[in-house]
Amino acid sequence: MSNIRQARKALIKRILEGGGRASQDDRRAAFDNAGLALPLSSLIDKVARQAHKITDADVSAARASGLSEDQVFEIVVCAAIGQAARQYDGALATLEAATEKS
Amino acid sequence: MRLAILDCGHSLGTKVLFAIIRTISRQPIPEVVKLVMYRPDFFGTHMKAVTHEAMRGPSAWSVGDRELMVAFVSKANQCEFCIKAHTAVSARAYRDDAKVAAALSDLERADIGAPLRAVLRMLGKLTREHKVDVDDMRAVLATGVSREQIEDALAVCFAFNTINRLADAFKFFVPGPKAFEVGAKFLLARGYR
Repeated sequence: MSNIRQARKALIKRILEGGGRASQDDRRAAFDNAGLALPLSSLIDKVARQAHKITDADVSAARASGLSEDQVFEIVVCAAIGQAARQYDGALATLEAATEKS
Repeated sequence: MRLAILDCGHSLGTKVLFAIIRTISRQPIPEVVKLVMYRPDFFGTHMKAVTHEAMRGPSAWSVGDRELMVAFVSKANQCEFCIKAHTAVSARAYRDDAKVAAALSDLERADIGAPLRAVLRMLGKLTREHKVDVDDMRAVLATGVSREQIEDALAVCFAFNTINRLADAFKFFVPGPKAFEVGAKFLLARGYR
């Protein structure tokens, strides 16, 4: 499925390197779930690890820290894709290892 | 929806399109559609391409199988909107509600065949624990699933581990069963483009 690999690459390149309302540093940090300050770090960690537990208060706190809705939108999108990408890349490497030795 | 921009910040052209869709479908616009149509150059356009390729592109897995994978992954993430949406699509694709219900409620005893069961088990673990090990992959390969089929399943998993998170972060409204039936018909006819 080379098409899907290319499409994934284009998606990730766009959200991290293309223009946006949030800074590239914040988008990258959200993607990596690393290096953000509270309260945004708390929201982003929930997006990555337990999104179903996110509350209105988590999003309000991120907004109250000075981020616009567009910035929250972009940063949350980056966090969601980042976690899904880590799962995917890790699983592909594991598949590689499993097929090499079998 | 937690961000007002995702509810009503769309371009005028998109707002007109939404009004037409609401009139024809007699259902609210699904919130996932509002998400991918908001500033689509940032996220939606690329995400739709990834999702369509994973869900409707060439694969040894049927459309019903892939939709069941999405429902299963969504269940592992406890994402109500996506569980309901893709249970409906999978059941419609298979023309078999009971099969989908059985796979979601008791994977080990459902009559879905060893290859699909093994893949769902692996995707469930990957989604819950964020990683799998070599033995997990070997267990899937041992049922006769090809390497390429595993890659295809991982692409489905990637797309919906993204969408599940966004559905819950932005709090998608969960409509009644009729809306999901209409949505399932649409997704089977048109895909994710």
